[in-house]
Amino acid sequence: MSDEKKFAAYICTGCGIGDRLDAGQLENVATREGRMNVVKQHEMLCSKEGVKMIQDDIDNDGVTHVVIAACSRRAKMEAFAFPQTEVAITRANLREGVIWARPDTDEAKETTQEMAEDYIRMSCGEIKQMNPPKPSGQQGRNPNVLVVGGGVTGMTAALEAADAGYTVHLVEKTGALGGHVAKLHKRVPFRAAPPGTPNTPDANLPMPEDTGIEELIKRVEENDSIKVYLNSRITKTSGAPGRFSVDISAESGDTVTENIGSIVQATGFTLYDPSELKEFNYAGSPDVVTNLEFEELTNAAGDGPIKRPSDGKEVKAVVFVQDVGQNSDEEGKLPYDSGVGDLVAIKQALYCKHHNGDDCDTTIVYNNLRTPGAPGEDFYRSGQKNGVIFTKGDVKEVIPGDTLTVKMHDKILDEDADVHADLVVLDVGMVPNSGPDPYAANESLEGMSDEERAEELEAQAEAAAAEEAGGPSVSVESILNLDYRQGTDLPQLKWGFTDSHFICFPYETRRTGIYAAGPVRRPMDIKQAMDDATGAAMKAIQEIENAAQGRAAHPRVGDLSYPTFRKEGCTQCKRCTVECPFGAIDEDEERYPQYNESRCRRCGTCMGACPVRVISFENYSVNTVGAQIKECSIPEEWDEKPRILVLACENDAYPALDQAAIAGEEISPWARVIPVRCLGSVSLSWVTDSLNNGFDGIIMMGCKRGDDYQCHFVRGSAMANERMAKVGDTLESLNLEPERVVVHEVAITDIERVPALIKDMEETIEKIGLSPFKF
Amino acid sequence: MSDLNKRMIEEYRNDFLKEVEANVEEGEWVKMCMQCGVCSGSCPLGKHWAHPPQEIFMMIRAGKRDEVLTSDSMWMCTSCYNCIVRCPRQLPITHIMHGLATYSKKLGLVPKGQPTATFAEIFWNNMMKKGRVNELKLGLALYFKDGFGPGIKEALRNKDLGTKMMKAKRMSPAEFFGGHGIKDVSGLQKMIKKAQELEEARMKKFD
Ligand code: SF4
Ligand code: SF4
Ligand code: SF4
Ligand code: SF4
Repeated sequence: MSDEKKFAAYICTGCGIGDRLDAGQLENVATREGRMNVVKQHEMLCSKEGVKMIQDDIDNDGVTHVVIAACSRRAKMEAFAFPQTEVAITRANLREGVIWARPDTDEAKETTQEMAEDYIRMSCGEIKQMNPPKPSGQQGRNPNVLVVGGGVTGMTAALEAADAGYTVHLVEKTGALGGHVAKLHKRVPFRAAPPGTPNTPDANLPMPEDTGIEELIKRVEENDSIKVYLNSRITKTSGAPGRFSVDISAESGDTVTENIGSIVQATGFTLYDPSELKEFNYAGSPDVVTNLEFEELTNAAGDGPIKRPSDGKEVKAVVFVQDVGQNSDEEGKLPYDSGVGDLVAIKQALYCKHHNGDDCDTTIVYNNLRTPGAPGEDFYRSGQKNGVIFTKGDVKEVIPGDTLTVKMHDKILDEDADVHADLVVLDVGMVPNSGPDPYAANESLEGMSDEERAEELEAQAEAAAAEEAGGPSVSVESILNLDYRQGTDLPQLKWGFTDSHFICFPYETRRTGIYAAGPVRRPMDIKQAMDDATGAAMKAIQEIENAAQGRAAHPRVGDLSYPTFRKEGCTQCKRCTVECPFGAIDEDEERYPQYNESRCRRCGTCMGACPVRVISFENYSVNTVGAQIKECSIPEEWDEKPRILVLACENDAYPALDQAAIAGEEISPWARVIPVRCLGSVSLSWVTDSLNNGFDGIIMMGCKRGDDYQCHFVRGSAMANERMAKVGDTLESLNLEPERVVVHEVAITDIERVPALIKDMEETIEKIGLSPFKF
Repeated sequence: MSDLNKRMIEEYRNDFLKEVEANVEEGEWVKMCMQCGVCSGSCPLGKHWAHPPQEIFMMIRAGKRDEVLTSDSMWMCTSCYNCIVRCPRQLPITHIMHGLATYSKKLGLVPKGQPTATFAEIFWNNMMKKGRVNELKLGLALYFKDGFGPGIKEALRNKDLGTKMMKAKRMSPAEFFGGHGIKDVSGLQKMIKKAQELEEARMKKFD
């Protein structure tokens, strides 16, 4: 490819575009105003011939920059997939964006044509600011997967990755593989009863089964592609996907450094400690045990009866207290429910029946009986069939004594009752082992001004430095010891579970190339954890291949562009390094931002953050959008044709607009939509420029932010919202009404709401009048 | 059997559930109830009873032997079968209701004057005499079940109905004297007695 740039625009007249629009006029606009070197029409651009026409121009005519004026950029992606590194491509949305969004009437003809011409102008302006992306070449193909945690999740992930031909380093902090499952007597069955099994009390229903852990451990140990490190921890992780450098330190002090492609974190859970809940007397009586301790009691029983810890008496009556310290807003309790505790209780009650005989009484006092998973309901019936008593109640107190008394309120019979037992088993919940939350301290930053924020960050950095120098040690031990600018471990979403995009991409965390699996992600049982491990292993493999080619991960899968900054302009303000939702940017020795391509998700949040606008992608920058804003025609005031700029997130808002048009919803003829990678990438300068150019209103549409966010880049939408709080000042200085700029949270399903939001702005403008900034 | 009534039942243990399984018709189903409440919600009479079916089943599992067996709830069941049709666990609820009633009768725990129970007893005795139901005597026995005075009152109140039934030959005054029966009454009585003995022998004793 020579450095010579050659710009071409291709106008499709298929799909009714040619019937509704004056394509000759569009060609004129592209040639005269857009100054394209080549402009061609085709009756069906996405057909083999159409695509070949473009390809021929690229191959033989030296075309390097292509505007495709046809359907939405979300349609016909495969047809127009020209090699990213050779040509820069943009799409003018004439189908969904214009003809389908407008009524086919004589009155609408003029404004519809104007809309199409604007999109041609805008795309021609944009393409001139674009270049084909060049991957950084920062990393190559590294086929090593690091799995942290040697429990059932970690081992399953290791085996899956190894079976797929990758090398695995499996690090386990204890001296043995197996994790929690190795301590269990049996597991909850994996399979439901066969279809057609009757409801009768004598039906053949699933029973507790062998954990299979020994077999799994054996398979891991015998696998030549898996290297196991016992009694070891990760003491340092630096780099990025495809080029992680990981220090694995054994208890003995020996440290090895391994080059790693991607990481699966399967660090599991710790059981909640019920000692502080005085009413259950866990600390007060040896015969009050946790569900895990009960497994140990059963293992100790061998083939004989289960005996109670205090005096070794054979257990004749057991009460299972469910949801201990779970599902509660109270201080010191878990705000969530582990979800699997009732299955565990059924399993353990069945141990009692098996070991201590049918006349060993077992009562499960539940609150809401949950038996998730395929065999759940059948396993519940299995418990009932075998005489386990289930009762919905609130346990108020466990009174120790030779016979324990469980004081409870029966919620079905609505009365208090005392149940006597030899042993009480507490269903305690799972607490994720996710390490310290890198953003825990940052919560205090919300709502701070720029100066306060900078001060606070500086103070935090100093405190961290002091700690490293031997100050007070952190309470939660780090697991990954990432040497990222943004902290040592995976960011957490809620209640200490590692963050992920729970709607679209459950394994994805906020650290690219590091995938969480198993109960560290959410409470789950063995079967779910094994499925989860498989998913995470697949993601880890995919990331190795992506990183090797410089391709982005979810959601801009395969994108080769990545952000760079112009060093001469950078003021070292640190906004980009702090605001990147994925911790992709470190600092170099001179304290300049240091980008890590394969950690980056290409959201552009850094670009939107940079106050001096020095961050850009080859094919997406302050200028690519700026040019579109500039090229959009602004009719004179007396034409009474307002212009509404819609900056629409390409993940949800833009497809919602397309869908609205497909569904026949009308979109205001005054709207000009520009897709953005994320609202987080929106530069304040776009708002200022468009207002100065005479746009009458600006609508920003992004995904839902907050705790139950839907933002595909987690924090982008929230960042944008914080930044846009400052738009008020800009409007004030321009003497404009605040209603002219709005930010909306939009979901991909909002296909009726999205056109209505634009209509609202149209009405607002009617009310307050056109912008005085028209030339 | 009445020694059964003296035993102590520990709450939320299986003792009473096991007794119900052994001695109540379809009792082995009780443990399979998942307490969804669909039966109680479906029962046309449920809200008028002390303990609709779901609650009865929970009480059995809670070991509330006395309260269950002396309850009049199961006597209130009209055999409409709504609950059976709807129970997601397919419990034969109606049959369990009747089974519980029968068991409570056997143990002599039926509440005094429970009308369904009284009627059932009059009906049974009436039928056992001749092997057929004597409508006239059944009606009169019902009228006079609370004594002579109320009996006369009740009879007068229903005299029009009685007259009509006689006219339509649904009832005959001649039935008062002996009445019709089957050929081998004593054979029937012997058969029933044997069946009762067999049933008795099958009842499990608990102590
Ligand atoms: S903010 Fe987004 S685009 Fe910028 S470095 Fe981070 S992930 Fe990449
Ligand atoms: S936000 Fe811009 S100015 Fe600030 S450190 Fe990053 S690149 Fe430099
Ligand atoms: S409908 Fe069936 S399962 Fe539900 S409460 Fe009634 S008996 Fe139990
Ligand atoms: S059969 Fe009896 S218990 Fe069932 S719904 Fe009808 S009246 Fe109620």
